[in-house]
Amino acid sequence: MAQLWSLMPQFWEGLRATLLLLAVSGGLALVLGTLITAMRISPVPVLRWFAAVWTEVARNTPLTLVFFFTAFVLPMLGFRAPFLLLAFVALTYYTSPFVAEALRSGINGVPVGQAEAARSIGLGFGQTVSLVVLPQAFRMTIPPLINVYIALTKNTSVAGGFFVVELFASTRQLVNDNGNIVIPILVLAAALYLAITVPLGLAAVQLEKRWVVSR
Amino acid sequence: MGGLAMSATSVLFDAPGPRARRASLVGSIVSGIALVAGAAWIVALLAAPRQSGGITLPGMFDASRWDIFLDPEVWTFIGAGVVATLQAAAVAAVGAIALGVVFSLMRSSQLPWVRIPTAVMLEFFRGMPVLLMMLFILLVASTGAFWAVVIALIIYNGTLIGEALRAGLAALPRGQREAALSLGMREFQSKLLVEFPQAFRQMLPIIVAQLVVLLKDTSLGYIVGYNEIIRSNMNNLASFFGNRYLFSLFIVTLVIYLTINLLVSWFARWLSWRTASGGHLTKDVGAAPGTADPTSTIRLMQASAAARQSEDTRHG
Amino acid sequence: MIRMRTSLIGLAAAGAIALAGCAGGSSTETTSPAAEEVTFDEGTTMAALNEAGKVTIGTKFDQPLFGLMGPSGVPEGFDVEIGKIIASNLGIAEEDIEWVETVSANREPFIENGQVDFVVATYTINDKRKEVVSFAGPYYMAGQSILVLADNEDITSEADLVGQPVCSVTGSTPAAKLEEIGATPVLTDTYSNCLEPLRNGTVVAVSTDNVILAGLAAQNEGEFKVVGEPFTSEPYGIGLALEDDEFRMWINDVLEASYEDGTYEAAWNETAGTVLPFVEPPAPDRY
Repeated sequence: MAQLWSLMPQFWEGLRATLLLLAVSGGLALVLGTLITAMRISPVPVLRWFAAVWTEVARNTPLTLVFFFTAFVLPMLGFRAPFLLLAFVALTYYTSPFVAEALRSGINGVPVGQAEAARSIGLGFGQTVSLVVLPQAFRMTIPPLINVYIALTKNTSVAGGFFVVELFASTRQLVNDNGNIVIPILVLAAALYLAITVPLGLAAVQLEKRWVVSR
Repeated sequence: MGGLAMSATSVLFDAPGPRARRASLVGSIVSGIALVAGAAWIVALLAAPRQSGGITLPGMFDASRWDIFLDPEVWTFIGAGVVATLQAAAVAAVGAIALGVVFSLMRSSQLPWVRIPTAVMLEFFRGMPVLLMMLFILLVASTGAFWAVVIALIIYNGTLIGEALRAGLAALPRGQREAALSLGMREFQSKLLVEFPQAFRQMLPIIVAQLVVLLKDTSLGYIVGYNEIIRSNMNNLASFFGNRYLFSLFIVTLVIYLTINLLVSWFARWLSWRTASGGHLTKDVGAAPGTADPTSTIRLMQASAAARQSEDTRHG
Repeated sequence: MIRMRTSLIGLAAAGAIALAGCAGGSSTETTSPAAEEVTFDEGTTMAALNEAGKVTIGTKFDQPLFGLMGPSGVPEGFDVEIGKIIASNLGIAEEDIEWVETVSANREPFIENGQVDFVVATYTINDKRKEVVSFAGPYYMAGQSILVLADNEDITSEADLVGQPVCSVTGSTPAAKLEEIGATPVLTDTYSNCLEPLRNGTVVAVSTDNVILAGLAAQNEGEFKVVGEPFTSEPYGIGLALEDDEFRMWINDVLEASYEDGTYEAAWNETAGTVLPFVEPPAPDRY
């Protein structure tokens, strides 16, 4: 397996890019998803409508086509940016409705009495949401949210077809160059992905047990 | 989705008064104009001719970029791609539901030597990218591209559907199982005849949502050369007819995909609406949990959290 | 029945960018010989294939001029023609060939599993691959070259690519070479995707085998040009099972025969030859 070992630098390069995609897109998607959720439950009908349409379209576009849009159409419109940035945009856009859904399921888990009590002591919409609802919703939200991030980890592999050399693209390159050890290379790639997703999954289970039961 | 979001208008903020309504109207009009203007600007940018390599290329909406769509043979090819997508999705959907039933049975088994290895295996399957799984199956088992795609989708979505069913089983009132056992049914019979049908009904929206994701995931078949819609259009046709048609093919593909996905999503929503209103008295996922008493909300969220755990592992 | 639409467009060099979609039934019949009545020694792969009456050939579906899948549902190109020559010498009719797309990750595994009988897919011969599959041929010597915008005077050879972003396809030999010479590889799934970044300046060049570049340039009249001399040697071979020396030697014989009797040249002229000049084929390497 000396040959496999000599390929590690390329694996690491790819893994680094994958982790970068995960971290940045994940963070941005969290922000965007929270925004969309807030718009969804806001008093302004236009915002509610926009959030609903955004969620619907984003959920129904396959990730590959989203990438086509950011990698090819955006530059046509004049948004010249490094492909890594365009990949962030694509993944953030694609993940945001799932984050919003996770947040909404958390908010739905908060008993209505909480919001009623908040209103009855005179808190406005913004205060109700930020001081009363979201902190309680947070606990319900974490397990589904972690699963959104597990999905995001795996979705980064699509970026490999669109000018970002992340783990999966590195894997395909290595497979082509080393036609004699195709299977071991794929096994190693799978292991690296699992090294990210399995701990996240276990964390989700642990958190769910701890927080849901304690209610 | 019920609960807080649905009753938001009455709970989270006051009903809008005349000033607020007017402000809302103004806001709507302004946003509407902004959106239309934005869209017009985008179209204008795309339609403009471009300079490249010393020659002038026509704009994106120029006839020369769309003429291949006059050829019925091209549409036949695109249609074949659509059929390929739907075929893979249909077969994988059936398989995933079947496998989901099996997995949930194994996972909630009373026997630890069944339950624990199953849990490990499910964790493994959920963590592996579907792309890699497809590639693996293609290379290790000598199946064609179709079965590589379908089997990978069955395994992955079966895992998630299994988790959803398990949550459904957990959310059932314990009385159901106890009643079944007290009637003399064995564990397995109770599961099959009493618990599962109810769990299925409860989790139907989530399961159907997962199947929508499955449909999108067929587009990952490009990695094994499966000629579903995106690969047929964006790889094969784009390479065959040339880069000139890349944008037009993209638009056509996007429209086709959105149409199919939205149709399936709306069907899913209609289905969940039907089963919710025609369903049971309490514990309906479709009904507004906020209207029931708080403790049932919590129990429902326990189940839904576990179900969401599987639902949100969507991946496209 | 094969619409050679790409070759027709390539030929229309007078800047006729937009030809109406359906070129009408101007089908150029390929001149691969009809399936002959042949017999083979017992127990050889050739005999088995002849018996079965069909053969599974792996090729590419998205390589301009060599293996391109169009709306007809059957691939077209020079690799496809070579495959047909071999099939007809096996006594198998063109319609009985099953074409399977071999992407770079699955060429060796497909041969090892027997999912394809042989692979002719711009398949570069190298030693690492020879450990798992064997190669007949080479039947064509390609070389890696560079594609730039037609008005780009700055890049004339691979030395000018150092430190620059250059586009190629994920998992291809040219991509690895770019890494080697110090360029920054920017990778995507299909060659066609490389052109947009080249057009808007995000990459300065596209680099892959010269024949593919020539095909891309021809599809986009006047916008791009191929520069410099090929700076690698890519011998294209026909991949088949590792231990099957008889089959390999037989294919080499078929190749040499096609050089002699003009079928090779005819195949070239109908496909890649519409854009590129014909060169003398290399001698097969009988190892």
